[in-house]
Amino acid sequence: MAEPLLRIEDLTISFPSRQGQGAVVRSVSFEVGAEIVAVVGESGSGKSLTGRAIMGLLPPRAETTAKTLSFEGRDLTRLAAAHWRALRGSAIALILQDPKYSLNPSMRVGRQVEETLLLHTSLSARERREKALAMLSRVGFDDPQRVHASYPRELSGGMGQRAMIAAMLINKPSLLIADEATSALDHDLQVQILELLGGLTRELGMGLLLISHDLQQVARFADRVLVMRQGTIVDRLAASELADATHPYTLALWNARPSGVTYGTRLPTVADEMEP
Amino acid sequence: MHFVWVALRWLISLALTLLGLVVVTFAMTRLSPVDPATQMVGSHASASSYQAAREALGLDQPLPIQFLHYLRMAASGDFGQSISTGQPVASDIARTFPATLELATVAIIMGAALGLCLGIFAAMRPGGVFDAVARLISLVGYSVPIFWLGLLMLLLFYARLHWAPGPGRLDVLFQYTVPARTGFVLLDTWLSGKPGAFRDALAHLALPATVLMFYALAGIARLTRALVLTELGQEYALTAYAKGAAVHRVVFVHVLPNIAGQLITICALAYASLLEGAVLTETVFAWPGIGRYLTTAMFAGDMPAILGGTIVIGASFVLLNTLTDLAVGRTARGRA
Amino acid sequence: MIVAGAGGRLGDVSFLARLARSPSAAAGAVGVALVVLVALLAPLIAPYDPNLQETANRLAAPQGAHWLGTDAFGRDLLSRLIYGTRPTLLLLMFVVLLMAPLGILVGILAGFFGGIVERVLMRITDIVMAFPRLVLAFAFVALIGPGLVNGALALALTSWPAYARQARVETAALRRNDYLSAAEMVGIRGFRLLWGHVLPMLLPSAIIRIALDMSGVILAAAGLGFLGLGVRPPTAEWGSMVADGTQVIFDQWWIAAAPGFAIFLTSLAFNLLADGLRDILDPRHG
Repeated sequence: MAEPLLRIEDLTISFPSRQGQGAVVRSVSFEVGAEIVAVVGESGSGKSLTGRAIMGLLPPRAETTAKTLSFEGRDLTRLAAAHWRALRGSAIALILQDPKYSLNPSMRVGRQVEETLLLHTSLSARERREKALAMLSRVGFDDPQRVHASYPRELSGGMGQRAMIAAMLINKPSLLIADEATSALDHDLQVQILELLGGLTRELGMGLLLISHDLQQVARFADRVLVMRQGTIVDRLAASELADATHPYTLALWNARPSGVTYGTRLPTVADEMEP
Repeated sequence: MHFVWVALRWLISLALTLLGLVVVTFAMTRLSPVDPATQMVGSHASASSYQAAREALGLDQPLPIQFLHYLRMAASGDFGQSISTGQPVASDIARTFPATLELATVAIIMGAALGLCLGIFAAMRPGGVFDAVARLISLVGYSVPIFWLGLLMLLLFYARLHWAPGPGRLDVLFQYTVPARTGFVLLDTWLSGKPGAFRDALAHLALPATVLMFYALAGIARLTRALVLTELGQEYALTAYAKGAAVHRVVFVHVLPNIAGQLITICALAYASLLEGAVLTETVFAWPGIGRYLTTAMFAGDMPAILGGTIVIGASFVLLNTLTDLAVGRTARGRA
Repeated sequence: MIVAGAGGRLGDVSFLARLARSPSAAAGAVGVALVVLVALLAPLIAPYDPNLQETANRLAAPQGAHWLGTDAFGRDLLSRLIYGTRPTLLLLMFVVLLMAPLGILVGILAGFFGGIVERVLMRITDIVMAFPRLVLAFAFVALIGPGLVNGALALALTSWPAYARQARVETAALRRNDYLSAAEMVGIRGFRLLWGHVLPMLLPSAIIRIALDMSGVILAAAGLGFLGLGVRPPTAEWGSMVADGTQVIFDQWWIAAAPGFAIFLTSLAFNLLADGLRDILDPRHG
């Protein structure tokens, strides 16, 4: 079998605390190929930190250990800072939750999209602009010129997230980590953005790590699902098997969401479902 | 329309604060055991001349009338005659204030440049060398009595090493030959075209300005560091890192434009505080500014001079404070 | 800066343990304790009466009999330095006891009653906040007359607004919370409510602020002394001792240097302690 895009074995992340080291991610192992893998869990389950660890962007206080953390065959555990920078934004990209905060409020959108090119290519200013405009129309803007010249505050949430995707995918990375990339949007927009991400993933042949708290939502787009709880992966299954999931926690997450059937009744919480 | 409303509110708040300042200083004169009438005519004056002085000063009027009188005086800048110099306080202040302004301005330029750099570089590598230096400097800066620091520097650089000229603004050689056109000695010596005059002025300024700078440095460095660190934790900074930017790019290209307004506030507030710090520094360096004028007046119990000096320093302080509020309020709205 | 709940930890053993783990905070705590101890035991430690004038032995250099030498009146500098801790700490205490309660009172009233009371009180607070503290304090003392109490009064009257702002924000937050409504529902009202249920919640952050303000007060007090507006002579006071030493700074430099260094060290100790306290009680900083 060929080496997968990303291989993680025994990843443990801990923060020093008053009681000594507190591990927030414990012994997590998984692989990602050219596919969509959803990492699902409640807040505090360690799913975001796992994503950050892949980018080498954990806060300095965090202590990370892993038996293997390799990307395209390269060992990430012993990567120098300059090599990390060369990797970020060109081979691995990251999209955060809310474009209101993740886009720089004082910089024009076009410049933010072009920045990724500026950092990783030697294109001229004109070439960068052309590529940025092309990328902006690729993510669904009808008037890329206007968006290019606007400030983030002039864009709606959905538009902001599209701009973010343009900035992150302009270098055609082989892995994209989307950390709750749609949670700040309303439902219709969530679906649109996820469809866009899914389409681009297939088109570019990249891997997509979809980090989310919403199992039902991502299940429709993911190939595989990893369920995290309190720092460990408690269940892993193909998205198509979700309907037959047996793990109680997976079931609890699966049910903790409103639908036509549950309308008018009190929604079960994860805690309810987990009670014996 | 919106802008007019903002400007109006700002003006009202400025006026209220200045009024507050006048009320407070007025209250001080009423609480003071010093009787201005006695001070005016002397303690051996006859009852009738004492009475005349009281009437001349308006002290026989009811309190609200006295206050209105005082308010009119303060508003017109007429604080009466200084008892120690015999000159109108207003002209004394017009003579001394530029010296203070010059000292504080040079000090804040140095302090802001150094403090901002220190704070920014400290935040870029928390726990690193710069961070340690910044921490040390701000700790010392927050702890050192500025008048003592001034004395030690005078002792070292003037008396022992002979690097710096002594107290004052200019050498005796130039003191009476350089015409005071602007009141700012750097400008005056430059304009005079006298060889060596400008350098002499600069040399005299170096030591007190450095000491006064220290008064601002600690605060600027510490607040800048905290601000940059907070901002580096924001998601847009993380996004920039995720694009592959190095920390210096994240700080200089992404973070600084976003906190420029706050950094300006920090420096402006420090500038205002330097006008205060000048009181002690000028005393040590015999710098003929408003701070020294004020302390001399304090020793002499010269009430008109004390009030005039306090109100002028206070008003500049208040003006600077509220002006910064206005400027930063506007940039903050530009972002939102 | 809301650290509700941290109050209980102040008396905790682990609190002391954590303070001890931070070397700079521990150094600060030891320094402050030392200054307090010296002030309390001054008569026992001081080798001479601080006001005893040995006219034959004026401006003596540091030597065996006088470790730090003597001043222009032939008084033992070390003894004066030791006694100088007293006015410094006394003034510090006065200022804290005046400024914090005043500020907290204004803040609680504004935050609790809201409406017009809040607007008037906070407007006054803003006005005083924009005042030049130091210069007003100097002017106040110069006009009312020098002395320890007047100096403390002057500093307290200009530095309460920060406490008021903080107390208002926190009180208003409590007000919005169910916490106060619950207390009111069981019949706790008025003064008892403010005293028993609002004030304790505000104390932790007020304590941090007091700690952070200490060194500023020490420096301001020393400034008053230096300008001759502090304690009346011949009482040994560090700021005025520096001023006395200024006359002979080029020849007997230590006379001005020693008391200044004492001010610096004391202020440094309070700063270190305050930084440590803040890091422990309010983890969001530092």
